[in-house]
Amino acid sequence: MIDVLIIGSGGAGLTAALNAKKNGSEVLVVSKTYPTHSQTCQAQGGINAVLNETNDDNNQNYINDTYKASHNLGNQKNIKYLCENSKNTLMWLDSIGVPFSRNKNYGIAQRKFGGTKAKRTCYSSDYTGLKILHTLYDQCIKEEIEFLNEHYLLDLIVEENCVKGTIVLNMQTSELIQIAAKTVILATGGYAGLYHQFTTNSFVSTGDGIAAAFRAGAKLSNMEFIQFHPTTLENKNILISESARGEGGYLVDKDGNRFIDELKPRDEVARAIFKKNHDGEKVYLDLRHLGIEKIQEAMPQERRLVIDFLNLKMEEDLIPINPSAHYTMGGIETDIDAKTSIKNLYACGECSQSGIHGANRLGGNSLLEIITFGQVAGKNASDSAKEIDDLSISDIQYKKNEKQIEEIFEKETNLDYLKIKKEIGKLFFVNVGLFREEKKLIKALDYINKKKEEISKIGIKNKDKIYNKNLIELLELKNLITLCEPILLCAIERKESRGAHYRVDFKDKSLEYEKNSVCLLKDGKIKNYFEDVL
Amino acid sequence: MNIKIKRFNSEQDIDEIVDYDIKDNKTILESLIEVKIKYDESLAFRCGCRTGICGSCSLRVNGVEKLACKSKLNENDLIEPIKNTKVIKDLIVDLEHESKLLKKSNTFLNKLEETTISKEDEKLIDTQSNCILCQSCFSSCPIYEVNDKFLGPYALTRALRYVDDKKESHKVQTLEKIQDNGVWDCTLCGNCTMVCPQFIDPKTDIMNLRMKSVQNGFEDRSMQYMTGAGFAGGFDTGFDPTGGFNPNGF
Repeated sequence: MIDVLIIGSGGAGLTAALNAKKNGSEVLVVSKTYPTHSQTCQAQGGINAVLNETNDDNNQNYINDTYKASHNLGNQKNIKYLCENSKNTLMWLDSIGVPFSRNKNYGIAQRKFGGTKAKRTCYSSDYTGLKILHTLYDQCIKEEIEFLNEHYLLDLIVEENCVKGTIVLNMQTSELIQIAAKTVILATGGYAGLYHQFTTNSFVSTGDGIAAAFRAGAKLSNMEFIQFHPTTLENKNILISESARGEGGYLVDKDGNRFIDELKPRDEVARAIFKKNHDGEKVYLDLRHLGIEKIQEAMPQERRLVIDFLNLKMEEDLIPINPSAHYTMGGIETDIDAKTSIKNLYACGECSQSGIHGANRLGGNSLLEIITFGQVAGKNASDSAKEIDDLSISDIQYKKNEKQIEEIFEKETNLDYLKIKKEIGKLFFVNVGLFREEKKLIKALDYINKKKEEISKIGIKNKDKIYNKNLIELLELKNLITLCEPILLCAIERKESRGAHYRVDFKDKSLEYEKNSVCLLKDGKIKNYFEDVL
Repeated sequence: MNIKIKRFNSEQDIDEIVDYDIKDNKTILESLIEVKIKYDESLAFRCGCRTGICGSCSLRVNGVEKLACKSKLNENDLIEPIKNTKVIKDLIVDLEHESKLLKKSNTFLNKLEETTISKEDEKLIDTQSNCILCQSCFSSCPIYEVNDKFLGPYALTRALRYVDDKKESHKVQTLEKIQDNGVWDCTLCGNCTMVCPQFIDPKTDIMNLRMKSVQNGFEDRSMQYMTGAGFAGGFDTGFDPTGGFNPNGF
């Protein structure tokens, strides 16, 4: 029997797997892609850590910066754990072979990111996520961790508020499999993919784990906080990491004038750019003064992307940019032990709301979070599994999912689900984007309620059983639509502006809302409320 | 514009090249999405990041491996799945060999050497550790036609990445694992180098691994292979005068 079942094979999932295995558990990783196809590979800029406490920087500064960026919604205990442990986390990554860029003194090189005064972000040129992910994968192969690739999570098996496994769909055969497990870790990533065609995220980031947890009754929290990255290639939504500004790049308007401190937190920088874009003005990233040598050394990938997708050279040209949906601060509520509100269900990485980022995430904190809480989740899930001897499961959930898939295959449809996905992406960018107001949010909610109804009735034209991508895409869209309601309800209820959530009808922060929003499904109905930040 | 796509569907017994009329898109991936929306939603292909870093969308364009998200489409381009593995549907192939090849090649840090790492040390493995495991090199490699046990270019490049890593204290352990069906089986045709979207040069990496193998006391098997191919010695062209495998096409 499986002790620890991990859903998701990005940085968080692989770290959890390694730690659970190290702790003596039987581990299985289920992934809807292949591990190295995960979103983690897209993280370019770096991973934060205080490597040496000096006059320039120390753990307390790091804690303060992270808490400040969270706009008082971060959990101070969890932030303290993340920051004080950051050196250990980095040293662990370094010890398993992550090739971090080095400085002249044989130490791990660090650069400055927004929202901080210190050089605190460690990196591997601008391939940081890629190199961390691949090194973790290599270690998983070494440790003979078992993978079920291209298996899609349908639902969690939860009985009496205790998780007992999952139902997954083999994407290559369309067969359903029930997997019993003593404990389950969700590491399935965020939901910025909702902003289809307005996001830096991979096509595979569709919030599946969060939606499944929500259906199973787990508490979701702070779903309205969605981070827009200030600098993505114009109309392409391809990320140009914060490292470009961290290394000294400027943001300039059409006249070549700088208009904002480039190293302010992301929410402020993104809004300033969007405002100009909205007024019909172009905004550019200017890196020309850095010189080719620096650019080649610090951001080879980004230089390549600019050549490939815009046919421009960073060292010679101004790079037109716009903000795109990039990271979702909300997710499954977890505590410092990575526990969710469902017994034996753990969550880590972007799918979790672990009390670190609050209303706004600092660049370089997401990679640190996935590794730190991946370790925590792996160890704790493994410990919990050791206390369980027996696991009895009914087939109720399996039958429910079996019926659901059969119905999708049987139903005919005239509705184009790909068109709906596109419509939702645009609707969210316009109405639930960098600037929000009640009437637009309500308009979006009305649309979503209508689509929810429509999409429940549709099937797929393609009836093949072997690798039916349409089936997966429809299920993914249903998951995204499932998450739209919590996002919108929380965004409507939060009648203030805080971090990434900016309301033009409530432009200031309000003490009344210095709380985490919560959404959960109870008896088929969504309950949403605010709770105190612990 | 016209795009030709090799379609395969075992359920419907389809194995054919189909032409589609599409607009002038920026990338092949955008063209595939257009075909899916406009003509046939069942068209199956993998894609993820859209930025050439997740490695999921590799395919062949007129016989040459490319990433769909980064490559431009030209009139009448023929799009096919990558080679040397089973096609599951349309452009989707089985990738289960990946972890097996990496495991056999011992491509991970065996044991940490407590040491200092300089900028130069890190630079030495920078290019190799940029590999995205897109399988382009694997697909382009002609050796698999005669030896399906060959460890292949990306696994060997990754082996060099760890052999050259100053943090690795057990380099010989990795070198040992790549002697059989590994460094000596490569014909150095360079196809892998030509198609790598990350500008990695697996051919040179394999030559480096041969040198390091010999330096560490492993037998130089290059001559043995040359003799087998009918040469008395000299340079390795991969040319087989008996009419067998000929990667260079002459």
